[in-house]
Amino acid sequence: MFFELGRYLIFIRSMFFKPEKFRVFVQRTVHEMNNIGVGSLPIVAIISIFVGAVTTVQTAYQLVSPLIPLKIIGTIVSDSSLLELAPTITCLVLAGKVGANIASEVGNMRVTEQIDAYEVMGINSSGFLGLPKIIAGLIMIPCLIIIANFLLISGGILAAKLTGLMDPNEFIQGARETFRLFTLVVSLVKSFVFAFIITSVSTYEGYFTSGGALEVGEAGTRAVTRSCVLILFFDFIIAKLML
Amino acid sequence: MIELKNVNKSFSDKQVLFDINATFNPGIPNLIIGASGGGKSVLLKCMVGLITPESGQILYDKRDFLQMDYENKKEVRRELGMLFQGTALFDSLTVEENIEFPLRMFSNMSVAERLERVNFCLNRVHLEKVNSKYPAEISGGMKKRVGIARAIALNTKYLFCDEPNSGLDPITSRVIDELLLDITTEYKITTVINSHDMKTVYDIGESIIFIYKGKKWWQGSRNEIDTARHSNPELDNFIQASQF
Repeated sequence: MFFELGRYLIFIRSMFFKPEKFRVFVQRTVHEMNNIGVGSLPIVAIISIFVGAVTTVQTAYQLVSPLIPLKIIGTIVSDSSLLELAPTITCLVLAGKVGANIASEVGNMRVTEQIDAYEVMGINSSGFLGLPKIIAGLIMIPCLIIIANFLLISGGILAAKLTGLMDPNEFIQGARETFRLFTLVVSLVKSFVFAFIITSVSTYEGYFTSGGALEVGEAGTRAVTRSCVLILFFDFIIAKLML
Repeated sequence: MIELKNVNKSFSDKQVLFDINATFNPGIPNLIIGASGGGKSVLLKCMVGLITPESGQILYDKRDFLQMDYENKKEVRRELGMLFQGTALFDSLTVEENIEFPLRMFSNMSVAERLERVNFCLNRVHLEKVNSKYPAEISGGMKKRVGIARAIALNTKYLFCDEPNSGLDPITSRVIDELLLDITTEYKITTVINSHDMKTVYDIGESIIFIYKGKKWWQGSRNEIDTARHSNPELDNFIQASQF
Protein backbone atom coordinates (compact mmCIF):
# COMPACT_ATOMS: atom_id res chain seq x y z
CA MET A 1 0.00 0.00 0.00
CA PHE A 2 2.79 2.44 0.93
CA PHE A 3 4.65 1.47 -2.25
CA GLU A 4 1.56 2.30 -4.32
CA LEU A 5 1.00 5.58 -2.48
CA GLY A 6 4.64 6.62 -2.90
CA ARG A 7 4.65 5.70 -6.58
CA TYR A 8 1.38 7.58 -7.09
CA LEU A 9 2.79 10.73 -5.47
CA ILE A 10 6.02 10.52 -7.52
CA PHE A 11 3.90 10.01 -10.64
CA ILE A 12 1.80 13.10 -9.86
CA ARG A 13 4.94 15.15 -9.25
CA SER A 14 6.51 13.94 -12.51
CA MET A 15 3.54 15.36 -14.45
CA PHE A 16 4.21 18.93 -13.48
CA PHE A 17 6.92 19.79 -15.97
CA LYS A 18 6.88 22.62 -18.45
CA PRO A 19 4.92 21.33 -21.48
CA GLU A 20 7.10 20.53 -24.51
CA LYS A 21 4.98 22.69 -26.75
CA PHE A 22 2.27 24.83 -25.19
CA ARG A 23 0.04 24.86 -28.27
CA VAL A 24 -0.03 21.07 -28.50
CA PHE A 25 -0.70 20.92 -24.76
CA VAL A 26 -3.72 23.24 -25.10
CA GLN A 27 -5.03 21.22 -28.07
CA ARG A 28 -4.75 18.01 -26.07
CA THR A 29 -6.50 19.59 -23.08
CA VAL A 30 -9.40 20.80 -25.24
CA HIS A 31 -9.64 17.32 -26.79
CA GLU A 32 -9.79 15.76 -23.31
CA MET A 33 -12.37 18.34 -22.18
CA ASN A 34 -14.56 17.19 -25.04
CA ASN A 35 -14.06 13.51 -24.15
CA ILE A 36 -14.62 13.92 -20.42
CA GLY A 37 -17.21 16.70 -20.40
CA VAL A 38 -19.29 16.58 -23.55
CA GLY A 39 -18.97 12.80 -23.82
CA SER A 40 -20.35 12.31 -20.31
CA LEU A 41 -23.20 14.81 -20.56
CA PRO A 42 -25.93 12.38 -21.74
CA ILE A 43 -25.36 9.82 -18.96
CA VAL A 44 -25.08 12.56 -16.32
CA ALA A 45 -28.33 14.13 -17.57
CA ILE A 46 -30.26 10.85 -17.57
CA ILE A 47 -29.05 9.81 -14.13
CA SER A 48 -29.65 13.25 -12.59
CA ILE A 49 -33.23 13.59 -13.83
CA PHE A 50 -34.20 10.09 -12.65
CA VAL A 51 -32.42 10.32 -9.29
CA GLY A 52 -34.13 13.70 -8.69
CA ALA A 53 -37.52 12.24 -9.60
CA VAL A 54 -37.07 9.09 -7.48
CA THR A 55 -35.84 11.12 -4.47
CA THR A 56 -38.93 13.32 -4.68
CA VAL A 57 -41.34 10.38 -4.87
CA GLN A 58 -39.62 8.51 -2.03
CA THR A 59 -39.39 11.59 0.21
CA ALA A 60 -43.10 12.22 -0.32
CA TYR A 61 -43.81 8.58 0.55
CA GLN A 62 -41.97 8.95 3.87
CA LEU A 63 -43.54 12.30 4.83
CA VAL A 64 -47.01 11.04 5.69
CA SER A 65 -47.86 13.46 8.53
CA PRO A 66 -50.39 16.13 7.59
CA LEU A 67 -48.57 18.45 10.04
CA ILE A 68 -45.51 18.64 7.77
CA PRO A 69 -45.98 21.03 4.85
CA LEU A 70 -45.35 19.54 1.40
CA LYS A 71 -42.83 22.23 0.51
CA ILE A 72 -40.42 20.39 2.87
CA ILE A 73 -40.06 17.82 0.06
CA GLY A 74 -38.52 20.56 -2.11
CA THR A 75 -36.17 21.52 0.73
CA ILE A 76 -35.01 17.95 1.30
CA VAL A 77 -34.58 17.13 -2.38
CA SER A 78 -32.66 20.32 -3.21
CA ASP A 79 -30.40 20.13 -0.16
CA SER A 80 -29.59 16.45 -0.58
CA SER A 81 -29.06 17.02 -4.30
CA LEU A 82 -26.58 19.84 -3.78
CA LEU A 83 -24.75 18.25 -0.86
CA GLU A 84 -24.60 14.61 -1.80
CA LEU A 85 -26.50 13.30 -4.79
CA ALA A 86 -25.10 15.55 -7.50
CA PRO A 87 -21.39 15.48 -6.59
CA THR A 88 -21.10 11.96 -5.19
CA ILE A 89 -23.49 9.93 -7.33
CA THR A 90 -22.41 11.75 -10.51
CA CYS A 91 -18.72 11.26 -9.72
CA LEU A 92 -19.21 7.58 -8.89
CA VAL A 93 -20.81 7.21 -12.31
CA LEU A 94 -18.00 9.23 -13.91
CA ALA A 95 -15.43 7.03 -12.16
CA GLY A 96 -16.96 4.13 -14.07
CA LYS A 97 -17.27 5.88 -17.41
CA VAL A 98 -14.33 8.30 -17.56
CA GLY A 99 -12.02 6.38 -15.19
CA ALA A 100 -12.26 3.07 -17.03
CA ASN A 101 -11.85 4.86 -20.35
CA ILE A 102 -8.69 6.70 -19.24
CA ALA A 103 -7.13 3.63 -17.61
CA SER A 104 -7.71 1.40 -20.62
CA GLU A 105 -6.53 4.07 -23.08
CA VAL A 106 -3.29 4.76 -21.19
CA GLY A 107 -2.83 1.07 -20.34
CA ASN A 108 -3.17 0.12 -23.99
CA MET A 109 -0.60 2.76 -24.88
CA ARG A 110 1.75 1.26 -22.29
CA VAL A 111 1.49 -2.34 -23.50
CA THR A 112 1.84 -1.35 -27.16
CA GLU A 113 5.04 0.65 -26.34
CA GLN A 114 3.47 3.98 -27.35
CA ILE A 115 4.49 5.48 -23.99
CA ASP A 116 8.04 4.21 -24.58
CA ALA A 117 7.93 5.95 -27.97
CA TYR A 118 7.13 9.27 -26.24
CA GLU A 119 10.02 8.73 -23.81
CA VAL A 120 12.48 7.88 -26.58
CA MET A 121 11.48 11.10 -28.35
CA GLY A 122 12.35 13.04 -25.20
CA ILE A 123 8.76 13.79 -24.18
CA ASN A 124 7.74 13.66 -20.52
CA SER A 125 5.11 10.95 -21.10
CA SER A 126 3.37 11.25 -17.72
CA GLY A 127 2.93 14.99 -18.15
CA PHE A 128 2.03 14.76 -21.84
CA LEU A 129 -0.64 12.10 -21.26
CA GLY A 130 -1.79 12.79 -17.72
CA LEU A 131 -1.77 16.54 -17.18
CA PRO A 132 -4.27 17.42 -19.97
CA LYS A 133 -6.65 14.77 -18.57
CA ILE A 134 -6.39 16.14 -15.03
CA ILE A 135 -6.85 19.77 -16.12
CA ALA A 136 -9.75 18.79 -18.38
CA GLY A 137 -11.32 16.87 -15.50
CA LEU A 138 -10.88 19.79 -13.10
CA ILE A 139 -12.63 22.10 -15.57
CA MET A 140 -15.37 19.84 -16.92
CA ILE A 141 -16.43 17.68 -13.96
CA PRO A 142 -17.45 20.68 -11.79
CA CYS A 143 -19.44 21.94 -14.82
CA LEU A 144 -21.14 18.55 -15.04
CA ILE A 145 -21.91 18.70 -11.31
CA ILE A 146 -23.53 22.13 -11.71
CA ILE A 147 -25.64 20.75 -14.57
CA ALA A 148 -26.42 17.67 -12.45
CA ASN A 149 -27.57 19.94 -9.57
CA PHE A 150 -29.94 21.75 -11.91
CA LEU A 151 -31.26 18.54 -13.49
CA LEU A 152 -31.73 16.75 -10.16
CA ILE A 153 -33.98 19.55 -8.91
CA SER A 154 -35.68 19.74 -12.32
CA GLY A 155 -36.29 15.98 -12.13
CA GLY A 156 -37.85 16.51 -8.71
CA ILE A 157 -40.13 19.26 -10.00
CA LEU A 158 -41.08 17.14 -12.99
CA ALA A 159 -41.91 14.14 -10.79
CA ALA A 160 -43.95 16.34 -8.48
CA LYS A 161 -45.97 17.66 -11.41
CA LEU A 162 -46.37 14.42 -13.37
CA THR A 163 -47.39 12.29 -10.39
CA GLY A 164 -49.59 14.99 -8.87
CA LEU A 165 -47.77 14.72 -5.53
CA MET A 166 -47.63 18.46 -5.05
CA ASP A 167 -47.73 21.78 -6.82
CA PRO A 168 -44.32 22.45 -8.48
CA ASN A 169 -44.43 26.03 -7.16
CA GLU A 170 -44.62 24.65 -3.65
CA PHE A 171 -41.57 22.47 -4.39
CA ILE A 172 -39.62 25.50 -5.67
CA GLN A 173 -40.70 27.56 -2.66
CA GLY A 174 -39.37 24.86 -0.31
CA ALA A 175 -36.10 24.67 -2.20
CA ARG A 176 -35.64 28.45 -2.19
CA GLU A 177 -36.52 29.11 1.42
CA THR A 178 -33.65 27.12 2.89
CA PHE A 179 -31.11 27.60 0.08
CA ARG A 180 -27.67 28.65 1.31
CA LEU A 181 -24.83 29.50 -1.03
CA PHE A 182 -22.44 27.56 1.20
CA THR A 183 -24.19 24.31 0.21
CA LEU A 184 -23.26 25.00 -3.39
CA VAL A 185 -19.66 25.76 -2.33
CA VAL A 186 -19.45 22.35 -0.59
CA SER A 187 -20.82 20.73 -3.73
CA LEU A 188 -18.16 22.40 -5.87
CA VAL A 189 -15.31 21.59 -3.45
CA LYS A 190 -16.37 17.95 -3.61
CA SER A 191 -16.52 18.06 -7.40
CA PHE A 192 -12.96 19.43 -7.70
CA VAL A 193 -11.55 16.83 -5.30
CA PHE A 194 -13.44 13.97 -6.97
CA ALA A 195 -12.39 15.18 -10.45
CA PHE A 196 -8.74 15.04 -9.40
CA ILE A 197 -9.19 11.57 -7.90
CA ILE A 198 -10.93 10.14 -10.98
CA THR A 199 -8.45 11.49 -13.56
CA SER A 200 -5.21 11.03 -11.62
CA VAL A 201 -5.94 7.54 -10.22
CA SER A 202 -7.12 6.29 -13.62
CA THR A 203 -4.09 7.70 -15.44
CA TYR A 204 -1.82 6.20 -12.79
CA GLU A 205 -3.40 2.75 -13.09
CA GLY A 206 -3.10 2.81 -16.88
CA TYR A 207 0.44 4.19 -16.86
CA PHE A 208 1.81 1.37 -14.71
CA THR A 209 0.09 -1.45 -16.57
CA SER A 210 2.34 -4.24 -17.74
CA GLY A 211 1.49 -7.31 -19.76
CA GLY A 212 -1.28 -7.49 -22.33
CA ALA A 213 -5.00 -7.15 -22.94
CA LEU A 214 -5.92 -8.95 -19.70
CA GLU A 215 -3.84 -6.57 -17.59
CA VAL A 216 -5.32 -3.55 -19.40
CA GLY A 217 -8.78 -4.78 -18.39
CA GLU A 218 -7.60 -5.30 -14.81
CA ALA A 219 -6.15 -1.77 -14.77
CA GLY A 220 -9.56 -0.42 -15.82
CA THR A 221 -11.29 -2.35 -13.04
CA ARG A 222 -8.71 -1.23 -10.46
CA ALA A 223 -9.06 2.39 -11.58
CA VAL A 224 -12.84 2.30 -11.08
CA THR A 225 -12.80 0.52 -7.71
CA ARG A 226 -10.00 2.64 -6.25
CA SER A 227 -11.55 5.87 -7.52
CA CYS A 228 -14.93 4.90 -6.02
CA VAL A 229 -13.43 4.04 -2.63
CA LEU A 230 -11.40 7.26 -2.56
CA ILE A 231 -14.44 9.33 -3.60
CA LEU A 232 -16.48 7.91 -0.71
CA PHE A 233 -13.59 8.38 1.72
CA PHE A 234 -13.00 12.02 0.73
CA ASP A 235 -16.77 12.61 0.66
CA PHE A 236 -16.79 11.83 4.36
CA ILE A 237 -13.65 13.92 5.05
CA ILE A 238 -15.04 16.99 3.22
CA ALA A 239 -18.42 16.64 4.91
CA LYS A 240 -16.74 16.44 8.32
CA LEU A 241 -14.45 19.38 7.65
CA MET A 242 -16.93 21.73 5.99
CA LEU A 243 -20.29 21.02 7.61
CA MET B 1 29.19 6.88 -33.09
CA ILE B 2 27.87 5.16 -29.97
CA GLU B 3 30.21 3.55 -27.45
CA LEU B 4 29.25 1.23 -24.61
CA LYS B 5 31.73 0.81 -21.77
CA ASN B 6 31.29 -1.85 -19.08
CA VAL B 7 27.50 -1.71 -19.11
CA ASN B 8 25.91 -3.84 -16.37
CA LYS B 9 22.26 -4.33 -15.60
CA SER B 10 20.36 -6.52 -13.15
CA PHE B 11 16.71 -6.98 -12.27
CA SER B 12 16.30 -7.73 -8.56
CA ASP B 13 19.14 -10.20 -7.94
CA LYS B 14 19.37 -11.48 -11.52
CA GLN B 15 22.09 -9.91 -13.61
CA VAL B 16 21.09 -9.70 -17.27
CA LEU B 17 24.00 -7.72 -18.76
CA PHE B 18 27.63 -8.33 -17.87
CA ASP B 19 30.27 -5.70 -18.68
CA ILE B 20 29.15 -5.00 -22.23
CA ASN B 21 31.71 -3.07 -24.28
CA ALA B 22 30.92 -2.18 -27.86
CA THR B 23 31.26 0.50 -30.51
CA PHE B 24 28.59 1.24 -33.11
CA ASN B 25 29.80 3.20 -36.10
CA PRO B 26 27.80 5.49 -38.40
CA GLY B 27 27.00 4.60 -42.00
CA ILE B 28 26.80 0.85 -41.49
CA PRO B 29 24.07 -1.34 -39.94
CA ASN B 30 25.25 -2.52 -36.51
CA LEU B 31 23.49 -5.73 -35.53
CA ILE B 32 22.97 -7.14 -32.07
CA ILE B 33 22.04 -10.79 -32.36
CA GLY B 34 21.26 -13.51 -29.85
CA ALA B 35 18.56 -15.81 -28.58
CA SER B 36 15.39 -14.50 -26.96
CA GLY B 37 15.98 -13.71 -23.28
CA GLY B 38 19.68 -13.21 -23.90
CA GLY B 39 19.64 -9.52 -23.01
CA LYS B 40 19.66 -7.77 -26.38
CA SER B 41 16.37 -5.92 -25.87
CA VAL B 42 17.52 -4.82 -22.40
CA LEU B 43 20.76 -3.57 -23.95
CA LEU B 44 18.85 -1.61 -26.59
CA LYS B 45 16.53 -0.12 -23.96
CA CYS B 46 19.56 0.87 -21.87
CA MET B 47 20.99 2.65 -24.90
CA VAL B 48 17.84 4.71 -25.55
CA GLY B 49 17.34 5.47 -21.86
CA LEU B 50 14.21 3.41 -21.21
CA ILE B 51 16.18 1.36 -18.67
CA THR B 52 19.01 2.72 -16.55
CA PRO B 53 22.02 0.43 -16.17
CA GLU B 54 23.68 -0.01 -12.76
CA SER B 55 27.10 0.88 -14.04
CA GLY B 56 29.01 1.68 -17.19
CA GLN B 57 29.00 4.41 -19.79
CA ILE B 58 26.90 5.01 -22.90
CA LEU B 59 28.59 7.61 -25.08
CA TYR B 60 26.81 9.37 -27.94
CA ASP B 61 29.66 10.97 -29.90
CA LYS B 62 31.67 11.20 -26.65
CA ARG B 63 28.69 12.58 -24.68
CA ASP B 64 28.06 10.44 -21.61
CA PHE B 65 24.30 9.80 -21.72
CA LEU B 66 24.04 8.33 -18.21
CA GLN B 67 25.73 11.30 -16.55
CA MET B 68 23.48 13.88 -18.22
CA ASP B 69 20.68 15.72 -16.45
CA TYR B 70 17.09 15.42 -17.70
CA GLU B 71 17.26 18.41 -20.06
CA ASN B 72 20.53 17.30 -21.72
CA LYS B 73 19.16 13.78 -22.10
CA LYS B 74 16.15 15.27 -23.87
CA GLU B 75 18.49 17.01 -26.33
CA VAL B 76 20.21 13.69 -27.17
CA ARG B 77 16.89 11.89 -27.41
CA ARG B 78 15.77 14.32 -30.08
CA GLU B 79 18.67 13.08 -32.19
CA LEU B 80 17.58 9.48 -31.98
CA GLY B 81 14.74 7.55 -33.53
CA MET B 82 13.47 4.12 -32.70
CA LEU B 83 11.53 1.48 -34.56
CA PHE B 84 9.81 -0.64 -31.93
CA GLN B 85 9.11 -4.35 -32.27
CA GLY B 86 5.37 -3.66 -32.33
CA THR B 87 5.96 -0.36 -34.23
CA ALA B 88 4.38 1.70 -31.37
CA LEU B 89 2.52 3.92 -33.82
CA PHE B 90 0.03 6.20 -32.08
CA ASP B 91 -3.22 4.46 -32.92
CA SER B 92 -5.41 7.54 -32.48
CA LEU B 93 -3.41 9.41 -35.15
CA THR B 94 -3.33 8.86 -38.89
CA VAL B 95 -0.14 7.81 -40.68
CA GLU B 96 0.47 11.44 -41.66
CA GLU B 97 -0.08 12.68 -38.10
CA ASN B 98 2.19 9.96 -36.71
CA ILE B 99 5.11 11.06 -38.89
CA GLU B 100 4.28 14.72 -38.33
CA PHE B 101 4.19 14.28 -34.55
CA PRO B 102 7.92 14.73 -33.79
CA LEU B 103 8.01 17.65 -36.25
CA ARG B 104 5.10 19.36 -34.47
CA MET B 105 6.72 18.82 -31.10
CA PHE B 106 10.32 19.71 -31.80
CA SER B 107 10.54 21.87 -34.92
CA ASN B 108 9.35 25.32 -35.86
CA MET B 109 8.26 24.23 -39.33
CA SER B 110 5.09 25.65 -40.84
CA VAL B 111 2.18 23.31 -41.65
CA ALA B 112 3.19 23.25 -45.33
CA GLU B 113 6.83 22.47 -44.51
CA ARG B 114 5.78 19.71 -42.16
CA LEU B 115 3.52 18.17 -44.79
CA GLU B 116 6.34 18.33 -47.32
CA ARG B 117 8.68 16.56 -44.90
CA VAL B 118 6.04 13.90 -44.10
CA ASN B 119 5.56 13.16 -47.79
CA PHE B 120 9.32 13.05 -48.32
CA CYS B 121 9.70 10.52 -45.49
CA LEU B 122 6.80 8.44 -46.82
CA ASN B 123 8.34 8.43 -50.31
CA ARG B 124 11.67 7.46 -48.80
CA VAL B 125 10.14 4.33 -47.28
CA HIS B 126 8.27 3.64 -50.55
CA LEU B 127 4.78 4.37 -49.25
CA GLU B 128 2.14 6.44 -50.95
CA LYS B 129 -1.57 7.20 -50.58
CA VAL B 130 -1.61 6.12 -46.94
CA ASN B 131 -1.52 9.60 -45.36
CA SER B 132 -5.07 9.53 -44.09
CA LYS B 133 -5.14 5.90 -43.00
CA TYR B 134 -4.97 4.86 -39.35
CA PRO B 135 -2.36 2.30 -38.20
CA ALA B 136 -5.12 -0.31 -37.76
CA GLU B 137 -5.95 0.02 -41.47
CA ILE B 138 -2.51 -0.84 -42.86
CA SER B 139 -0.47 -4.08 -43.02
CA GLY B 140 2.34 -5.08 -40.66
CA GLY B 141 5.03 -4.31 -43.25
CA MET B 142 3.52 -0.90 -43.94
CA LYS B 143 3.41 -0.18 -40.20
CA LYS B 144 7.12 -0.95 -39.95
CA ARG B 145 7.82 1.44 -42.82
CA VAL B 146 5.70 4.14 -41.21
CA GLY B 147 7.66 3.50 -38.00
CA ILE B 148 10.91 4.03 -39.91
CA ALA B 149 9.51 7.18 -41.53
CA ARG B 150 8.57 8.58 -38.10
CA ALA B 151 11.98 7.66 -36.72
CA ILE B 152 13.84 9.56 -39.47
CA ALA B 153 11.45 12.53 -39.68
CA LEU B 154 13.67 14.76 -37.55
CA ASN B 155 16.90 13.99 -39.44
CA THR B 156 17.86 11.40 -36.88
CA LYS B 157 21.55 10.80 -36.10
CA TYR B 158 20.99 7.51 -34.30
CA LEU B 159 18.45 4.90 -35.33
CA PHE B 160 17.49 1.93 -33.14
CA CYS B 161 15.44 -0.97 -34.44
CA ASP B 162 14.09 -3.67 -32.16
CA GLU B 163 13.36 -6.82 -34.16
CA PRO B 164 12.38 -4.94 -37.33
CA ASN B 165 11.43 -8.18 -39.12
CA SER B 166 9.36 -9.82 -36.42
CA GLY B 167 5.95 -10.91 -37.68
CA LEU B 168 6.76 -10.16 -41.31
CA ASP B 169 6.86 -12.50 -44.29
CA PRO B 170 10.31 -13.20 -45.83
CA ILE B 171 9.79 -10.87 -48.80
CA THR B 172 8.66 -7.92 -46.68
CA SER B 173 11.52 -8.66 -44.26
CA ARG B 174 14.03 -8.22 -47.08
CA VAL B 175 12.35 -4.96 -48.12
CA ILE B 176 12.72 -3.64 -44.56
CA ASP B 177 16.37 -4.80 -44.41
CA GLU B 178 17.19 -3.05 -47.69
CA LEU B 179 15.41 0.07 -46.54
CA LEU B 180 17.38 0.19 -43.29
CA LEU B 181 20.62 -0.37 -45.19
CA ASP B 182 19.83 2.37 -47.72
CA ILE B 183 18.82 4.90 -45.09
CA THR B 184 21.84 4.13 -42.93
CA THR B 185 24.37 4.52 -45.75
CA GLU B 186 22.64 7.46 -47.42
CA TYR B 187 22.28 9.63 -44.29
CA LYS B 188 25.33 8.25 -42.43
CA ILE B 189 23.14 7.33 -39.46
CA THR B 190 24.43 5.22 -36.58
CA THR B 191 21.96 2.36 -36.85
CA VAL B 192 21.68 -0.35 -34.21
CA ILE B 193 19.44 -3.30 -35.08
CA ASN B 194 18.33 -5.99 -32.68
CA SER B 195 17.61 -9.17 -34.56
CA HIS B 196 17.60 -12.93 -34.46
CA ASP B 197 16.89 -13.24 -38.17
CA MET B 198 20.03 -14.83 -39.69
CA LYS B 199 18.98 -13.77 -43.19
CA THR B 200 19.23 -10.16 -42.01
CA VAL B 201 22.66 -10.94 -40.53
CA TYR B 202 23.98 -12.35 -43.81
CA ASP B 203 22.35 -9.60 -45.90
CA ILE B 204 23.26 -6.42 -44.03
CA GLY B 205 25.42 -7.38 -41.03
CA GLU B 206 28.47 -5.16 -41.53
CA SER B 207 29.08 -5.11 -37.79
CA ILE B 208 27.67 -7.83 -35.56
CA ILE B 209 27.64 -8.40 -31.82
CA PHE B 210 26.49 -11.79 -30.54
CA ILE B 211 25.01 -11.60 -27.03
CA TYR B 212 24.86 -14.85 -25.09
CA LYS B 213 23.38 -15.00 -21.57
CA GLY B 214 23.95 -11.28 -21.08
CA LYS B 215 27.58 -11.33 -22.19
CA LYS B 216 29.17 -10.12 -25.39
CA TRP B 217 30.19 -13.49 -26.79
CA TRP B 218 31.45 -12.59 -30.21
CA GLN B 219 31.97 -9.54 -32.43
CA GLY B 220 32.67 -9.40 -36.14
CA SER B 221 31.04 -8.99 -39.54
CA ARG B 222 28.91 -11.15 -41.85
CA ASN B 223 32.09 -12.14 -43.72
CA GLU B 224 33.66 -13.50 -40.54
CA ILE B 225 30.67 -15.21 -38.92
CA ASP B 226 30.98 -18.51 -40.84
CA THR B 227 34.62 -18.87 -39.87
CA ALA B 228 33.93 -17.87 -36.27
CA ARG B 229 31.11 -20.36 -35.75
CA HIS B 230 33.51 -23.31 -36.02
CA SER B 231 35.39 -22.22 -32.93
CA ASN B 232 32.38 -20.85 -31.08
CA PRO B 233 29.81 -23.54 -30.21
CA GLU B 234 27.23 -21.08 -28.77
CA LEU B 235 27.34 -18.98 -31.95
CA ASP B 236 27.20 -22.14 -34.05
CA ASN B 237 24.14 -23.39 -32.13
CA PHE B 238 22.40 -20.06 -32.67
CA ILE B 239 23.10 -20.07 -36.41
CA GLN B 240 22.18 -23.75 -36.78
CA ALA B 241 18.87 -23.14 -34.97
CA SER B 242 18.06 -20.66 -37.73
CA GLN B 243 18.68 -23.45 -40.28
CA PHE B 244 21.75 -21.78 -41.76
